[in-house]
Amino acid sequence: MSIPRSTLLDMPSPRTGAQIIWECLVHEGVNTVFGYPGGAILPAYDAMLDYPVRHVLVRHEQGATHMADGYARAGGGVGVAIATSGPGATNMVTGIATAMMDSVPMVCITGQVPSKLIGYDAFQETDITGITLPITKHSYLVTRIEDIMPAMKEAFHLAKSGRPGPVLVDITKDAQQAKMDFAWDNSPVRMRRDRAASVPKAGILKAVELIKASRKPVILAGQGILHSGAMAEVKRFAEQINAPVAMTLLGLGGFPASHPLNIGMMGMHGEAWVNHAIQEADLLLAFGMRFDDRVTGNLKTYAVNAKKIHIDIDPSEIHKNVYADAAICADLREALKDLLDVVGKHDHEPWLKYIGSMKGTAAVRDIQTLPDNGHLYAPHVINDIWRITDGNAIIATDVGQHQMWEAQYYKHEAPRTLITSGGLGTMGFGLPAAIGAKMARPDAEVWAIVGDGGFQMTQAELTTAAQEGVKVNVAIINNGFLGMVRQWQEFFYDRRYAATPLRSPDFVKLAEAHGLLGLRVDKRADVLDAVQRARQDEGTVVMDFRVEQEDSVYPMVPAGADLHAMIRRPEKSALVETAADPI
Amino acid sequence: MHHTLVALVEDKPGVLNRVALVFRRRAFNIESLTVGRTSEPGVSRMTIVLDSDQTSAERVTAYLYKLVNVLQVEDLGNVPAVTRDLALVKVAVAGHDRAHLLRVVDETRAHIVDTGDQTMTLEITGEPPHVDAVISRLEPLGIVEMVRTGQVAMRRGDTALSAAQYS
Repeated sequence: MSIPRSTLLDMPSPRTGAQIIWECLVHEGVNTVFGYPGGAILPAYDAMLDYPVRHVLVRHEQGATHMADGYARAGGGVGVAIATSGPGATNMVTGIATAMMDSVPMVCITGQVPSKLIGYDAFQETDITGITLPITKHSYLVTRIEDIMPAMKEAFHLAKSGRPGPVLVDITKDAQQAKMDFAWDNSPVRMRRDRAASVPKAGILKAVELIKASRKPVILAGQGILHSGAMAEVKRFAEQINAPVAMTLLGLGGFPASHPLNIGMMGMHGEAWVNHAIQEADLLLAFGMRFDDRVTGNLKTYAVNAKKIHIDIDPSEIHKNVYADAAICADLREALKDLLDVVGKHDHEPWLKYIGSMKGTAAVRDIQTLPDNGHLYAPHVINDIWRITDGNAIIATDVGQHQMWEAQYYKHEAPRTLITSGGLGTMGFGLPAAIGAKMARPDAEVWAIVGDGGFQMTQAELTTAAQEGVKVNVAIINNGFLGMVRQWQEFFYDRRYAATPLRSPDFVKLAEAHGLLGLRVDKRADVLDAVQRARQDEGTVVMDFRVEQEDSVYPMVPAGADLHAMIRRPEKSALVETAADPI
Repeated sequence: MHHTLVALVEDKPGVLNRVALVFRRRAFNIESLTVGRTSEPGVSRMTIVLDSDQTSAERVTAYLYKLVNVLQVEDLGNVPAVTRDLALVKVAVAGHDRAHLLRVVDETRAHIVDTGDQTMTLEITGEPPHVDAVISRLEPLGIVEMVRTGQVAMRRGDTALSAAQYS
């Protein structure tokens, strides 16, 4: 951890460009950045020592972006990642794309070769603004010192305004080295296109009309709830119109899991009754969600009898995948406030009872039908973690089976407690995102629930956690396979397991090599003890849960299939050996 | 089907790149794209002719607005508009009846802008179908080189597209 020796903030001008970068960051409220130094960003790193900012040295720049991402999602602010030119910058690409797909406010700062060398294929030169054009909300190539502050201010403004997203600021080395008189400009950023956003009246009136006519409404709750801070409004609204609330993956936590109107997650691995309710609904109220293909299945057969009310802040999402009968392009919270004034009270008890009956009769809850043979099943592990943490932990996941089981079995009560790569589906996201989340919320209990495959993609960041003294509990759901791909091979490729069996290192020894606690669990009876030991340990703990190898996530809507055409768990599951075999 | 969009954009580095990217990334086909200055400082104007139907023109408009530097987009698909295309065509002179060539030039309202020993360069301005028609009449004479600007367009009547509200 770098400890600022002194601060230049209050000293008189002039400043170097490198110092201006940190002046801007500090004035934007940044106190933690994630990065990796290198030639073209060296001036900025040198200047960093004179500013009150904690720098987290990652082991790979991808880790820096995922940490900044987790930091932003858990804390609600803007995450900042910093890297050098060339490979430093290109290593950030996956993390930037992840943040773009999931609308995460992030500012990435990269060094660039001196402006005179741009275009000459200089050492470690890469056109990072060009490379990231389709995966950033916006980007800046700064070649002059006087452009640094405007670019930084706009970057922060853009990252967090409207539909949030990652912004990249690429700053040449000579701009960092130049000197100028500097004073922080405290005036708010005014972009040329900024305009006062107001909730469209016509959309509200049409929505009220549709709600009044509806007997079978379903609210689809997305991540927009978290971005606009509309948790209270969604709750009031759902209660007032007495409608069931179905959650998207990224929406989880935006509406309490324990609320009687919360029917659960929708989509490919959503609850069966939720998908059936959507297919039978006569009205869908989409709140800050974008009808992703993993949520809709086949669009031609998706909720064909339902009118749609779509509230989203991004105009390009309206009518993109699903036509909206009432389109309200606005901030969700503002729109719901307007709606609440005029919508009146409604009652949908018969519809809610019907959905309840679907839930009751279907043998959906995997966990209840798993054989009680002492073997360890991933749903058991996640369910136990949920019970022990009272549902209050922040969970960062990787991507795959464990991610879907987490969404199914960890009941999120509060916003910003599930941090997961939904849109891009980035393996390797979990561990660095958890580290970032812990930095943003040091008082919170933070878990990384990851698979054995994804963990190995970014396991070097375990060293970062150890060096920084960050406490996260890492639960590796170890089934010896790239589990989700194996599941697809089982269902759709005749169980031909091409390149999915996976050999892992001894994760316990790996933890111990870092001076961290490592625990191995292969029996259900041992889960509780291990989880408690991990929680009590002061440092990061790695837990190797050896779970059933060929278990699958149910229900499942095959990609592109009708939403109601779900694959359900076979009555008698033909599960094979547990993954307790030695490697 | 062709669809014409006009976009007012900030005159900043990389804007053309960003706009072009929208079409590539979202798999829309561009028939032509022209860009040039406007009467307003710092504002460029693009005329984009799309090979698309009404729905995808609406999608393109929505995606263009995602770009920070795009100030305003006007869909000229369903409103009366003046459209112009300009072509420079170098035709072979040698071996032709010069009088026939001059008659064609006269009839088609083309202008002779340059003459050489072997060729004559013509300028043709008009609505794209007119330019197409002239070119097809010139083809039998032997076109040796040709360039077209692509379409520019402006709404008819007193309504003016301006970025003044974003200055």
